[in-house]
Amino acid sequence: MSDYKLDPQKKIDVAAVLDDLAHYRPRRRGWTWREPVSDLHMGPFAYHDCTKPLKNSVPLPPAHYFENIDPQPGPVITTEIASGRFEDDIRRMRLAAHHGADHIMVIRTAGQSHFDGLIEGTPQGMGGVPITRKQVRAQRKALDMIEDEVGRPINYHSYVSGVAGPDIAVMFAEEGVNGVHQDPQYNVIYRNINMVRSFVDACESKKLIAWADMAQIDGAHNANATAREAWKVMPELMVQHAINALFSAKVGINKRNICLSTVPPTATPAPCVYMDLPYAVALRDLFREYRMRAQMNTKYIESSTREATVTHVLNMFISKLTSADIQSTITPDEGRNVPWHIYNIEACDTAKQTLVGLDGLMEMVELKKDGYLREKARELKERAVLFLEEMIELGGYFNAVEAGFFVDSGCYPERNGDGIARTINGGIGAGTVIPREADYMAPVTAHFGRNNVAQYGLDENDSPSSLIGGCTLEAPEKIVYIDELDDSDNVYLRMNEVKDFAGPQATKIKPEMEWLADGTIMITSFFPTDAKTAEAAALEMARRLNLQEPTVISREVMHPVEGTRIELKGKVPFAIDIDSLVIPEEPEVLSDDEIRAAIEAQPMKVVCGTVGQDEHSVGLREIIDIKHGGIEKYGIEVHYLGTSVSPEKLVNAAIELDANAILASAVISHDDIHYKNIAAIDRLATEMGVRDKLIFVAGGTQVDSAQAKANGADEGFGRGTKGSHVATFLVKNRAARHL
Amino acid sequence: MKRTDDYLKRREHLAKLDDGQLEERFWNLVGQLVDPLLQLGRENTTPAIERSVLLRMGFSSLEARDIVQGCLERGLLGHGAGHVVYKLAKHENIELRTAGLSLAGGDNWDKAAALFADSSPAQNGG
Repeated sequence: MSDYKLDPQKKIDVAAVLDDLAHYRPRRRGWTWREPVSDLHMGPFAYHDCTKPLKNSVPLPPAHYFENIDPQPGPVITTEIASGRFEDDIRRMRLAAHHGADHIMVIRTAGQSHFDGLIEGTPQGMGGVPITRKQVRAQRKALDMIEDEVGRPINYHSYVSGVAGPDIAVMFAEEGVNGVHQDPQYNVIYRNINMVRSFVDACESKKLIAWADMAQIDGAHNANATAREAWKVMPELMVQHAINALFSAKVGINKRNICLSTVPPTATPAPCVYMDLPYAVALRDLFREYRMRAQMNTKYIESSTREATVTHVLNMFISKLTSADIQSTITPDEGRNVPWHIYNIEACDTAKQTLVGLDGLMEMVELKKDGYLREKARELKERAVLFLEEMIELGGYFNAVEAGFFVDSGCYPERNGDGIARTINGGIGAGTVIPREADYMAPVTAHFGRNNVAQYGLDENDSPSSLIGGCTLEAPEKIVYIDELDDSDNVYLRMNEVKDFAGPQATKIKPEMEWLADGTIMITSFFPTDAKTAEAAALEMARRLNLQEPTVISREVMHPVEGTRIELKGKVPFAIDIDSLVIPEEPEVLSDDEIRAAIEAQPMKVVCGTVGQDEHSVGLREIIDIKHGGIEKYGIEVHYLGTSVSPEKLVNAAIELDANAILASAVISHDDIHYKNIAAIDRLATEMGVRDKLIFVAGGTQVDSAQAKANGADEGFGRGTKGSHVATFLVKNRAARHL
Repeated sequence: MKRTDDYLKRREHLAKLDDGQLEERFWNLVGQLVDPLLQLGRENTTPAIERSVLLRMGFSSLEARDIVQGCLERGLLGHGAGHVVYKLAKHENIELRTAGLSLAGGDNWDKAAALFADSSPAQNGG
């Protein structure tokens, strides 16, 4: 077996992951939930609902104020990654894991539902990835390494649906896949696969899911996404959840691994929490033995990432007020024609940020036990019971589907006659269900239904696979691994085309959106005109910027004629040689002892404040305060003048106190006011004849070293600066100028 | 079908149930709906199920496809595709994989069919 391991300082080498896949074996099977930690303290805070922290991760942007802590909320967090090239997705999985995702879902390529068998090799996908043994094995192997790096098990997930459900379920069980979507109703309603076939196949698939201890997610949320008036399908959603949940439990899946894919059914501008919360409560009442996978409402998302983010947060508010075992994260990729982007990572952060922000909420608030909330929840449950009663009157599930019972936009018992009807003898795979003969036998493990092994001398407690010395589930060496079937469409050809850009040995680089080296960038701009003119102007701008294939991906009216926000994507027609880049050296930082010694030998006094009409103080306090590792800790005497300090006051204070240095924080950057204030301090100090004696340092999130110096500061410090950087400069500059 | 919302009339028989009884009724009805579906699963098979059996017996997806196709064409799938391979191997005293590969390659079907010629018909249809 290949001994390749991830180096935290190096990009993942996908070619090394693909090496020797034939001998790879998954190291575990089954789903993993997060590990709760009671009495969790991180940095200065105590947490109430958070879970075991990670070894390596990328925390939320403000974490550097709080010792870089990265608390992990309770629910497993999902991200969907499937660009069509699984090899590129492996890198995204590493990114997502570092941002807190521990459930990686791979969407299947368009049309895989109707492929009668396993796809083999690594063909390129469309709208998803062709799920094959090789692709699954490579991604599971990569996730083994990634989970070691972040220090938390990562659940790998795809779909067991279509006309090859049992084939795929076997492959997933063999390959250590941890979670699946499996719901025969999805086949019937959305994929028009014959309903008898779908349910018979589902029995076998679910038996395998049970054996492999996978978590199973249903497909009910699709009714919400399909129905014209999505909020009206709430009673039906409960029926669909229940059919799949109980069917699965009766096949043998542990109820604690059966997850409802539940969506808050509506979204703003509807008063969505008022409508969605009673539904969420009713659902959790009825399904208290099962798990909740809180899917995000995607029905009404178009192309605004901001709007989608707020919907996501509102949905998670409902998760928090009720419960969620798995929290999904969705971005409007399809609406923007952007198959994968950094927004996936943003959405993981949105989930982490929201759920950590709401930590401990339910220790302080509780849902009312009476009134509208409970009455509405009761009504929804009754409507669901009535739905079931009529299904039984009609003669059962198949007859109800034939009658167009599902995805009708009327709130049951209201009916609008617009449901999706299927016939029992119709659909793909009709006529392929075959009665088992009396001697029917299958000498394998995890097989559902009547299995006449007695004819070969086994009794019902014997494992049927003992007839053949164990099947692949007990003897994985029996698995037949196929590498590639198509010489013209495989990962090796694709990787060869971009080899200069790939992995730790890359010599060239391009911006990326969908696939490695696609060269795609996205530009957000504002045009002071109406939407149509703005769109045309944006495309003209893209042409003049030499962007290839420019496409507007989002358009938002700021005012009908005064302005439009446009986002567009396009491809740059060049690659950058990495060797040609001029990368600034990391600033040299003196050790704490060296700085302390220099200050002890020659004390230093500084005055500081935030200049301009600006009340920001956090950044400057980070630089000066002893408790944040600021310059006070070296013995530097700091006189903090506060916020909204004028340049005159700073210079005057420096003169009165006979200070050695001025530290000016200039955060607001509108109209370059930060540089104007820097220049004013330099000018005043010069006019008052003290500039030569003073060290003048400017800082702020938008301050650039070269620009600050051009405006008269001795140095400028931007985002990410620490007290030690500033102290090092003060000590060195003083020595260089013999002050 | 079109129907206006007659919830208030339709729910009359549910009004007397407390929440626990309502939930019990809900799950009882769901059980009535899914039990016949499970029974179908117990008594029937499909090409996908039989391919999944062959995969577990150590055949590739391509081999499994061909063996199942051969069983379908000869009306043998109701005995179980894995069973056909198993019985052939046992009868011919050859390795399971050798037996399966011969069938996938189009050989030995007459022998296989003969082994099932006198088996009893299905007791339960789907």
